[in-house]
Amino acid sequence: MKHKEVPLFRVYVWERPVRIYHWINALCILVLCVTGYLIGNPIVLQHGGNDASNHYFFGWIRFIHFATAYLFLFNFLFRIYWGFVGNRYANWKNYFPYSKKHFQNMWDVLTVDVLQIRKKDIETPGHNAVANFMYFITFLAFLFEVITGFGMYSAMSDNWFSDLFRWVIPVFGGDLILRMIHHAVMWVFVVFTIVHVYLVFYHDYVDGSGVLSSMAGGWKFVSKEKFLKKNQEKAAEGK
Amino acid sequence: MDETTSSVWEEMKNKGYSRRDFLKFCAWMGAFIGVESTGISSVVRAMETKKRPAVIWLHLQECTCCSESFIRTSHPIVADIILDNISLDYTETLQAAAGHQAEAALAKSMKDNWGEYILLVEGSVPTGEDGVYCCIGGKTAEMRLKEAAEGAKAVIAWGNCASNGCVQAANPNPTTATPIHKIINGKPLIKVPGCPPIGEVMAGVIVHIMAFGTIPQLDGQGRPLAFYSRRVHDTCYRRPNYDAGLFVEEFDDENARKGYCLYKVGCRGPVTYNACGVTKWNEGTSFPIQSGHGCIGCSEADFWDHGPFYQHLASFPGFGIETTADKIGLGLGVATGVGIAAHAVITNISKKDEINEHIETSSVPDGDREGE
Repeated sequence: MKHKEVPLFRVYVWERPVRIYHWINALCILVLCVTGYLIGNPIVLQHGGNDASNHYFFGWIRFIHFATAYLFLFNFLFRIYWGFVGNRYANWKNYFPYSKKHFQNMWDVLTVDVLQIRKKDIETPGHNAVANFMYFITFLAFLFEVITGFGMYSAMSDNWFSDLFRWVIPVFGGDLILRMIHHAVMWVFVVFTIVHVYLVFYHDYVDGSGVLSSMAGGWKFVSKEKFLKKNQEKAAEGK
Repeated sequence: MDETTSSVWEEMKNKGYSRRDFLKFCAWMGAFIGVESTGISSVVRAMETKKRPAVIWLHLQECTCCSESFIRTSHPIVADIILDNISLDYTETLQAAAGHQAEAALAKSMKDNWGEYILLVEGSVPTGEDGVYCCIGGKTAEMRLKEAAEGAKAVIAWGNCASNGCVQAANPNPTTATPIHKIINGKPLIKVPGCPPIGEVMAGVIVHIMAFGTIPQLDGQGRPLAFYSRRVHDTCYRRPNYDAGLFVEEFDDENARKGYCLYKVGCRGPVTYNACGVTKWNEGTSFPIQSGHGCIGCSEADFWDHGPFYQHLASFPGFGIETTADKIGLGLGVATGVGIAAHAVITNISKKDEINEHIETSSVPDGDREGE
């Protein structure tokens, strides 16, 4: 075997606040999905002679769900803020497919990585175009879950913050339908997580850019030649 | 129809009630409509001085369960006072007149009290096929409702039919049954949903209007906050079992005998706004949950379509009955798992050259060893 040198460039892609956001978000989604599923399908305490005054099991599950929901919301709001002040990979503009180029990139990812009917070298230090679009969809799901969730919570809380969501129940026409939709959208997160984790492994394996560890250290490895060329192009565009 | 303009107190006096009975009635009603004890005096004053309001009660597409509930209010004075003392000028079920006489009475009452009467509506309005599904006195329900609402001071939608359409509006809604708030505009409208609503709640709403001359404070969906601000779940005596995680799983299991929470067998208490847990039914005897059956959410919109009643999460639309969001979600999860497994296999085949090239170009040259 011959050793061929491939010059790689180490790029600091995910800044520390983005990484912290990611892991808080992941933890929140895990907790919210588990507690949310249990709220819909509770485990029954089955010890003989149980008396309600000795237990608060379901109350705790619900408390954890509500408390985590607050953390989830404020973490999400922080991420939106970071979309305006963070580096180019965190910028809010990435998430909206508005340019022809973005759609072209999405097509490339779909044909090369998803369907694998074409071969092309796609190198994106940040999220690729399809990933960006999917995150945009998940942000909408975040928003939807926050609105429906706090809408239901407003019926049992006098807190001024949840009172801001008093309008939600009348819009949906009742708690039952709101509950069902809120519960159903949870599965979007489950499916998203499965695909997300798989694709991280996939790209780590196929691209060799270190994406799996990038959410720990923030670094990714890209071809030096291309990265510098791209930077020059960007600089030229800027002028 | 008599022409008296007497107040409730005068009427009661004429009937031989004592002052003490009258004050008891006022205090009871005041407590019921949620005024503070200091506010009882204003109820007393209103009942002493205010002319009893004229009331027109329309029966449209309905089953009369609201009327049945109303005449069974627990306090005997309530039915007595309400039915005798507010001048109930037109109601198909209770009036003595029939045919042309009834129509004439309605017309006269509307004319005499134009702009002042309270319109109570029981039932939904079928608008399909130009309204042929419900015609009374040669007019469709929609025509009658619009005519009567024109001169009303306020409109009360009795029951789930008038408020939300209820059973007639359940899928596929063959008569295009429509709740009245979609038919009439520009009038104060109070929704008193329930199938039927609790009699005391109905009496309470009317007494509030009699006492204060205003409509009670309403929530975002137009229901009186005094009775519909809390969920059945919030006032349920089985609530501690819910918080503890003690649930009935089958109607004949040990937990059902112990009176645990009915959440897992489909109780709609957590999603239903009503006063059942506090006021109860039949002279405060019981309510469904106390009798061992879950709430079916009869005061909520579209409760018939959100079945089955014995399943906590409603069926997911478009997938047939008993298919919950969880079953679909789990199916999607499994399909995704299979999909990514297939994708992983295909990747190793179609990207074989690429991956091998990466491995080759990154391998340590032969013969090299660490430390050499």
